Amino acid sequence: MTLSLDRPITVALAGNPNSGKTTIFNHLTGARQHVGNYPGITVEKKTGQAILDGRMVTIVDLPGTYSLTAYSQEEVVARRVLADEKPDVVIQVVNAGALERNLYLAVQLMELGIPLVLALNMMDEVRSRGDSIDLMRLSQLMGVPVVETVGRTGIGIETALRAAVDLARAKAGQPWTPLEISYGPDLDSVLTAATEAVEKSCRSSPPKGPEAVFPPRWVALKYLEGDQDIREADFLTDEAKAALDAAGRSVGKHLADTLQSYPEALIADFRYGYISSLLRQDIIIRHADVKGRRELSDKIDMVLTHTLLGPIIMIGIFYLVYRVAFDLGSYPMDLIDQFFGWLGESADALMPEGMLKSLVVSGIIAGVGGVLTFVPLILIMFLLIAFLEDTGYMARIAYMLDRVFRFFGLHGSSVMPYIISGGIAGGCAVPGVMATRTLRSPKEKLATVLTLPFMACGAKIPVFMLFVGIFFAPEHQAGVMLDITLTGWILALLSARALRSTIISGPPTPFVMELPPYRLPTLQGLLLHTWERGWQYIKKAGTIILAISILIWALMTFPALPENQALQFTQRIAALEEQTAAAEEAVLAAGGSLGQGETDRAHLPEEQALTQAREALGAMKNAEASATLRHSLAGRIGSFLEPVSKLAGFDWRTNIALLGGFGAKEVLVSTLGTAYSLGDVDPEEAESLAEKIQADTATWNLANAVSLMLFVLIYAPCVVTIVTMRAETGGWRWPLVSLFGSTLLAYTLAVIVYQVGRTLL
Amino acid sequence: MNNSISLRHLQVGQRARIQSVTADGELGRRIRDMGLIPGAELQVMGRAPLKDPVALRLNGFTLTLRNNEADTITVTPQE
Repeated sequence: MTLSLDRPITVALAGNPNSGKTTIFNHLTGARQHVGNYPGITVEKKTGQAILDGRMVTIVDLPGTYSLTAYSQEEVVARRVLADEKPDVVIQVVNAGALERNLYLAVQLMELGIPLVLALNMMDEVRSRGDSIDLMRLSQLMGVPVVETVGRTGIGIETALRAAVDLARAKAGQPWTPLEISYGPDLDSVLTAATEAVEKSCRSSPPKGPEAVFPPRWVALKYLEGDQDIREADFLTDEAKAALDAAGRSVGKHLADTLQSYPEALIADFRYGYISSLLRQDIIIRHADVKGRRELSDKIDMVLTHTLLGPIIMIGIFYLVYRVAFDLGSYPMDLIDQFFGWLGESADALMPEGMLKSLVVSGIIAGVGGVLTFVPLILIMFLLIAFLEDTGYMARIAYMLDRVFRFFGLHGSSVMPYIISGGIAGGCAVPGVMATRTLRSPKEKLATVLTLPFMACGAKIPVFMLFVGIFFAPEHQAGVMLDITLTGWILALLSARALRSTIISGPPTPFVMELPPYRLPTLQGLLLHTWERGWQYIKKAGTIILAISILIWALMTFPALPENQALQFTQRIAALEEQTAAAEEAVLAAGGSLGQGETDRAHLPEEQALTQAREALGAMKNAEASATLRHSLAGRIGSFLEPVSKLAGFDWRTNIALLGGFGAKEVLVSTLGTAYSLGDVDPEEAESLAEKIQADTATWNLANAVSLMLFVLIYAPCVVTIVTMRAETGGWRWPLVSLFGSTLLAYTLAVIVYQVGRTLL
Repeated sequence: MNNSISLRHLQVGQRARIQSVTADGELGRRIRDMGLIPGAELQVMGRAPLKDPVALRLNGFTLTLRNNEADTITVTPQE
């Protein structure tokens, strides 16, 4: 490898969605990738390194766009990268099968003037259709290098990169050379005047920001198109802006009067006109009718989107995805769970008693374990989702379900996140929130993110099981569980509708969407995508969640019991421990066994005495834990909130459990157990707690049991979900809306249910 | 002759040529991005199980749009 003093070359990859751009990016960079975000924008920005002839080439993967306007976040990011990072050259990955539409973006890149190489991708599909494309001629007519590629097999990718590097070297140091096409007499004359206004403005106050790279004619054209980003940019003088506005108004009125059109539409028409005038010159050579992939894809669609079969198969696929993810995921999840259980026990045994031990065991190990147990689930879930997306089936799901979801102000693509979150009881909102990334409609995505935590996720299930088990007859229990799941759906959809007509109001984002032909995904693409999501989760969630679990631990631990009270407990426990030890000796002296839990078979009076002593010791320890919890800040908050929560039927114990449940819903049942002085209750086998609740008729009845279940279903999403929401919505605003909005809604519903239930019962 | 109708009223399998597109703003832009411009030829490939949205074949690819979005496009059906 020779060392080069040359500046490293940066290549940007542009292209339409579904053009195979990601596959080419993966092929170029392999594992040398980095995924980042622009601040405040949730669209990913991927960069990577490719190696050509022993030299590093930086590759920037622009988001998939059809155009270079500034309507969608993807386009804003694409344009920002071009302006901010000034790549030396752009490779546009072109779906050769839909040349006309793909060249619409190419023409816009050429109007910007940035050096361009066209990679005509999926040429195998074009050929299987019986067509061929004259690359030489296309290259001559467009005036840019054109290379043929097949992303799936990697054919032509290196050639494309070499062409790009060569072009970058040839154009190094030269200004961009924008393409100027004619927009017809009406627009052209206005455009010339507008361009002069921009040039004049740039001469009197040269733009210093990234906008300096934009050619004046392009800026003028964008202004006439009504481009928000350029209109609001502050690099033009007020004088120039006034001139441009006036020009835009006059030509706008003229076009409306004569052609019933407007500048933006007319500009697009002329761009397409330019493209078809090129393509008409024998670029595409159509051969005999050969049945190809397109026809196969159409046949598959006749079954998979069939009026009757389509929905049935879709439900089957939802069920399959769900079962595979959660059944397969449960093994590694259990392993990680066991590992952290073991780690906790080891630390418990090795460390001396005290605050540090409590922090390490209950705060750090439990917190980190809580984060990491989700990782296998997220990996499997995203492998399946990536598969559905890359095959093209995800677009069909959106197509089939859009009519239903649109009614609630959502998008057909909202269904997958809902299902993952617990639309089929037992899911998890964390991968659910992450799955909304496939939604390209910002408002619909937000409404989905804010309402999907209402689903019956796996961690809420033990709470439902506990109370359904106590308050409903066995033959009704399954039905009630189903009702809970349905309640989640109904409340989520109705809330989405409410949100879309209040704080996220606005017309629906246009649905206009491509249905790509069915394709077999590449394994590399699937694995990279999956790993990316998993790693992002570990990185982003890990740090914040750890901090919050320590905070919650502290809430439930401090302030410690006052000294005299703590001393009393210590003394009583010590006394009971002595009694137990004495009882053990007595049993051994009498020739009995020390086996535990043999109350029934204990025949020696000494053994009975031992059992009693042990029970007394356990009860005292649990009483200490309960007293500590009540005395802690969490306990005080629980007691403080009791007057308010009483309206929904919750006492201070329930309040503490709900507070802990904000950390992770899994701890709801065990915290309730601690509050009831039962020590650590296993949420899966909570008979002891069930008995306690059943006996406590002063506190518990059907009315507040139902009210609590409803509250748990709806109230604040857990910390992990909140943190994931922040990552997906690009700030704390919406997670906070979710946190307080959900809790308020849950409280309102719980109060209504409890008050109505109490009068009826 | 004036036999142009709204895109919504085309039958599955029917071919047509786009006469005009009246959508503006973001919808207009998205429609143009996809190449749905006056003069373009299309064929209706199918409708979703609830009859909305509709799937169209354009030059070499399939796209889908909602019925109310299709209302902004008038077409001339072809034999």
